[in-house]
Amino acid sequence: MFLTYLQSSIRLSAVFLFGATGETLTEKSGNLNLGTPGIMCMGGAGCVLGASFYISMVGGVQNASPFGAILTTILMTLIFSLLGGLIYSFITITLRCNQNVTGLALTTFGVGLLSFCGGRVDKTGFSTISDYFTRSFPISADPNWFETLFLSYGMLVYIAIILAIIVAIVIRKTRVGLNLRAVGENPATADAAGVSVTNYKYGATLIGSMIAGLGGLFYIMDQRYGNIEYTIDSFGWLAVALVIFTVWRPNWAILGSILFSMLYLLSSYVGDSSFPAQAAAIKMVPYLVTTVVLVVTSIVSRRESQPPASLGLTYFREER
Amino acid sequence: MKLNAKSGREPLFHITKRTDVPKWLAWTIRVGAVVVALLIGAIVTGGLTGGSGFGLFFKDLFLGVFGTPRRILNFFQNTAMMLIIALALAPAFKMKFWNIGAEGQVLMGGLGCVVCIQYLGGKIPEGALIFIMFLVSMAFGVGWTVIPAIFKAQWNTNETLFTLMMNYIAMQLVAVCIYIWVPSGSAVLGVLPYGHFPQIGGYNYILNIILVTVIMAVLFVYFRFSKHGYELTVVGESVNTAKYVGINVKRVIIRTMILSGVLCGFAGLLLVAGTNYTLATDSVQGRGFTAILVAWLGKFNPFLMGGTSLLYVFIDQGSTQTATDLGLGGYYADIITGIFFFLVIACEFFINYKIKFRSFRKKQGDVLPETPVENTEKSAEEVTA
Repeated sequence: MFLTYLQSSIRLSAVFLFGATGETLTEKSGNLNLGTPGIMCMGGAGCVLGASFYISMVGGVQNASPFGAILTTILMTLIFSLLGGLIYSFITITLRCNQNVTGLALTTFGVGLLSFCGGRVDKTGFSTISDYFTRSFPISADPNWFETLFLSYGMLVYIAIILAIIVAIVIRKTRVGLNLRAVGENPATADAAGVSVTNYKYGATLIGSMIAGLGGLFYIMDQRYGNIEYTIDSFGWLAVALVIFTVWRPNWAILGSILFSMLYLLSSYVGDSSFPAQAAAIKMVPYLVTTVVLVVTSIVSRRESQPPASLGLTYFREER
Repeated sequence: MKLNAKSGREPLFHITKRTDVPKWLAWTIRVGAVVVALLIGAIVTGGLTGGSGFGLFFKDLFLGVFGTPRRILNFFQNTAMMLIIALALAPAFKMKFWNIGAEGQVLMGGLGCVVCIQYLGGKIPEGALIFIMFLVSMAFGVGWTVIPAIFKAQWNTNETLFTLMMNYIAMQLVAVCIYIWVPSGSAVLGVLPYGHFPQIGGYNYILNIILVTVIMAVLFVYFRFSKHGYELTVVGESVNTAKYVGINVKRVIIRTMILSGVLCGFAGLLLVAGTNYTLATDSVQGRGFTAILVAWLGKFNPFLMGGTSLLYVFIDQGSTQTATDLGLGGYYADIITGIFFFLVIACEFFINYKIKFRSFRKKQGDVLPETPVENTEKSAEEVTA
């Protein structure tokens, strides 16, 4: 019982982890992208279009090959989330407009796009494509605890964890990461030191958007077995919260996202299903816990757990 | 001025800040952005429907809003609803308090109403009931704004995420209450029999529209002529300046958020008692987020916000009609309004910055002297002189 709870939590954690890793990378460059929920939806829209495009291209799902299907779907997801990131980056970095409102507009747009695409594509064969994504390592028919906890997931869960580790290492240990953090903390100083603020901001936001977009792909193709779900934006908002929760560290976000999904799934494992009010009350817990953590970190207020100093501000070199 | 290292040329254009843009030009740019947004919407619609949608887009935009008396009434009702939430957010945002929790705050106001109706409905006269609903909904709204405000004032807790989380807590709270009130487990609270706003001239919603218009005017006066309004603007511009001139920043934050909560609670009252006569977890329909955009576009000036609300609802309702007629699905309107927002936000660039193109008097590709920066500066000055 607890094993399946933990297993399904680790599986669901990928959607939070993709979102949080992407958003952390973006925020490290000083861009507070509140459009992440929208970008995850756009990634979902891309995946839906990609899957349906692939099926019609090969002439029916019976001709589909795992490699082609996965490649097309991921590619379309990346293109769509890149597009979302580009809209955001162009408006906030090149045109230097307000980041928060741009992000919110992007969320509106992304939610609309996913619902629009999801309602119009031909969904036959999606479950087959979903099978390719959920295919796990070869494990025995009666898996022991090790196989269940570590080997039973589809490829995207592992990709999420690997990406989080890579991003954490890049941010903390490399020169590129040092420059990126400098841009997020104080762009004027970074600029004076010869770091191209615009390039770093664009790079971090676009790569971050593509990572976040994979969250939408994971949710539709893995978690929901190819059924289109339109509530991805609420996961996106939780991913934004997770970034604060893990104080801008993707490696901590791996554990944080598992905790979030454990809280998220809590109501289906504890409590009486014949008493739905209780389940609804338990669903409140992840938000309450996040709020408490937010308050505690702000009261403790350690230097290591502060957001990038210029988060949310636009940078214009000639402004003093 | 940055020079391109490879070619040794001045860049094609560079950007300078400007603060002196004339009002007429600023408004021309903004109106232009709206027009371009509508054109893009029409082109996208045309593209999706093989050309026929292009003209229909504009036709339906007007038909969807002004086609029947019912639609006109809905148009003003939706505008009033959007505007009251935007007005509720304006004091907070003027103070640079990034409250993205209006969704939950309005919902809590609505919950306050329903609590009154559930436990007092039918037991006391309708007028008294509405008065109690008025007070309780405001108390609930204030509760939901003042908690993040206290933490912001005391410990500088990030209000954006705090208020965001409060949205979901409010939604779950409403879900719990509905499960308790509806024992069948259908999770749908039917139309409540008590606590309806009176009709005016045989129409619903008229009272909502009047009340919101009055609040718009009152809030304008509050911002423009009251000491409170001045103080919250100073806090928004610079917390340090506010401290130096002796403004108690913490008190201003909490006081302003109480005002914001009162208006959010009132929006909840209008939603339950004046519009839906029921409540669900998604009753606010994302207006809490959209209202931020509407308020920001209106520069947090109540009258301008009235204008932006009208414009937003016009585009939203009109493009919903287009989507229905062309079979594009209800969410198509979100795409069109998204495009509208992108363009209207992005057009601020052309108001705040000026693009200077490189002067073409010098031949391109000229080899620059050894101290290129000074030289080009000088030549630019000479050109302007």
